[in-house]
Amino acid sequence: MPSKLKSPKALEALQKKLGKVADAGKVSISVCNGTACRPYGSNPVVEAFKTEIEKRGVADKIDFRITGCHGFCERGPVALIQPGNIFYQKIQVDDIPEIVEKTLLNRIVIERLLFKNDSVGNIQAQVDIPFYKKQQRIILGNNVKIDPTSIEDYIAIGGYSALSKSLFELKPEQIIDMVKASGLRGRGGGGFPTGAKWESCRNAHGDIKYVIVNADEGDPGAYANEGLLSGNPHSVLEGLIIGAYAIGAHQGYIYVRNEYPLALKNITIAMQQAEKLGLLGKDILGSGFDFNVRINRGGGAFVCGESTALMASLEGKPGEPRAKYIHTVEKGLWERPSDLNNVETWANIPLIINNGPEWFSAIGSSGNTGTKIFSLTGKVNNTGLVEVPLGIKLRDIIFDIGGGIRDGKKFKAVQTGGPSGGCLPESMLDLPVNFDELTKAGSMMGSGGMIVMDEDNCMVDVARYFLTFLEEESCGKCVPCREGIKRMRQILNDICDGKGQESDIDLLKELGAHLQDSALCALGSSAPNPVLTTINYFHDEYMAHIRDKKCPAGVCKALIHFYIKDNCPGCGLCVKACPTNAITFVEKRKPVILDQSKCIKCRTCYDICKMGAVGIE
Amino acid sequence: MKDKVSEIVKKYNKDKSQLVSILQDIQAEYNYLPREALNKLSKKLDIPQSQIYSMATFFRAFSLKPRGKHIINVCLGTACHVRGGELIAESLERQLNVKRGGTTADGKFTLESVNCMGCCATGPVVKIDEEYFGHMTNDKVEPMLKKY
Repeated sequence: MPSKLKSPKALEALQKKLGKVADAGKVSISVCNGTACRPYGSNPVVEAFKTEIEKRGVADKIDFRITGCHGFCERGPVALIQPGNIFYQKIQVDDIPEIVEKTLLNRIVIERLLFKNDSVGNIQAQVDIPFYKKQQRIILGNNVKIDPTSIEDYIAIGGYSALSKSLFELKPEQIIDMVKASGLRGRGGGGFPTGAKWESCRNAHGDIKYVIVNADEGDPGAYANEGLLSGNPHSVLEGLIIGAYAIGAHQGYIYVRNEYPLALKNITIAMQQAEKLGLLGKDILGSGFDFNVRINRGGGAFVCGESTALMASLEGKPGEPRAKYIHTVEKGLWERPSDLNNVETWANIPLIINNGPEWFSAIGSSGNTGTKIFSLTGKVNNTGLVEVPLGIKLRDIIFDIGGGIRDGKKFKAVQTGGPSGGCLPESMLDLPVNFDELTKAGSMMGSGGMIVMDEDNCMVDVARYFLTFLEEESCGKCVPCREGIKRMRQILNDICDGKGQESDIDLLKELGAHLQDSALCALGSSAPNPVLTTINYFHDEYMAHIRDKKCPAGVCKALIHFYIKDNCPGCGLCVKACPTNAITFVEKRKPVILDQSKCIKCRTCYDICKMGAVGIE
Repeated sequence: MKDKVSEIVKKYNKDKSQLVSILQDIQAEYNYLPREALNKLSKKLDIPQSQIYSMATFFRAFSLKPRGKHIINVCLGTACHVRGGELIAESLERQLNVKRGGTTADGKFTLESVNCMGCCATGPVVKIDEEYFGHMTNDKVEPMLKKY
């Protein structure tokens, strides 16, 4: 660990020294060990690399780096090798001796590990893979270059130079002007202009002010903040320190979701390293500016992503929101002016300071500048974290980057904005993805979840899913949310159970409108969105449940039954797998018999049958 | 027990605003929030037990009942839901013979649901203690449990 940096010159000198080491021309490999690569077994892969490199005694020849998320989670575990920008995917422990021997020591590419595409064949360079081609990874792109637990890595790629510039060359007002001119809008979902928020907080009365990182990414199905915070924690921290200086705060908080152990670990290490180097704490870089940060863990409450609830939680109280007649920039945490921004918003700040607001506002579209990270999940071929300029079409994300729908199925809907957002149908695929257009379509940006659904997903079930989630997560403080969501969920339950009535649709709309008007916070007021958008765009599917008592997607258990088709070869696989012994073996080459009275519709037989001989109707 | 609670409280300088973190540390120590520990905490921090109870019940992360040796987290986030996460949860309930939030009779497993663990691309996901299992299907549930 280098010693404490007491001036911008010292930081520059360190940067030069570390940069030289990084540029020494050694072959380098970055292996992803982000949260999403772990279910694929990235931990053993990383360990095997370490052992192999040590065994061969080639540690001085290879620059081996364990990094955060590379984005292409579908193909994990993944690694990037330089020079050559070689992207290896689905790496297994057995592949490692060969990778070290061939690629790292002798620069021979192993075709087997490259990304394959039916139309073009094997693709070697990461940038040429369709998943990466249309992306603009200004924030996430650094994840592959740094070990998130090494401040030296971050400094080597120019880290903390924006902080140094801010403290020594810019006045707080100038920084705020730059952020305003960049057009940056809050990445947590609402899209409020960041510069204006900072200015209000700076101008608010009071000597003590706070800055807060909202890393309580609670949207189920979104992990963009996780990938950023665990993969490049220093970029968030640097943005926060710059913000604190611009606003005039000396204490900051980082509120991290409890379910993100890796992000929590990495930001904690980052904070300790920054303190040791004099980039955090008293007299930062000898500028006279003091700033301290405290990390708080969430407790698994979705509502704590709401600013006032988060602040209540920071004060040691249950995370209940309050009415915001007085904004938090005037009276927030401990009744003092507080500026809260999302992880991704903070990570954009060093880029704006380093490259200038004009550079930033040239990316994206007017009124919606910069990039946005989405977690592309669900039924697409290429799931992962994607970063795209705002204004790109939904179709480009889902079909070009995402590679279309899995198993040749048909696209049905894309859900954005988490439980506060909505489901958009195929006719909306040419919608430019930005804050305003998504809101107009009845959905929202949210923190960047983008869940793709195919013909096998039931839209009524999805609406019910979100309301069940929100009912559980409602803090219960205001009546519209506490009671309204519950009643709406009950109606949806009835529809899914085949007990719906045609008047239910109007009732859902009416209840939804009341909630939108009267709930205390955004959790409640946006709760009807998943219901209203699905009613709006998938009305027929609701009517099929209500009138015909059918679930066209084959999801709602009360409305479907399983049956054995004539092509069943009687292999008996499903007989063994059935948890309730509902399937009886007859003889080889004769279809098995399914006893409907015993069937619990668990879908095990459907999933296990390789012949497609189990049907749903 | 007293010493552990004292140690944790000391680590946070008796700062009442850090109650969530303190409770998390206590839970990490005992695997749940034992009544005696909360009583002691109330005295140490000089805050009413009712306030501690309100925090412990508001946040999903806390358990007031002893939990099993292994904690199973089945993800019910949206990305896992659209790929059949609910069916995996039901399968786990059947095989373990417990409902969500419950602990098996032998004290081996506690089954909990979670609303996203940040690895949505590999859904449906189940996490047992620190190990993640991706792309889950019904037939993978039994072999997964057998590892423990």
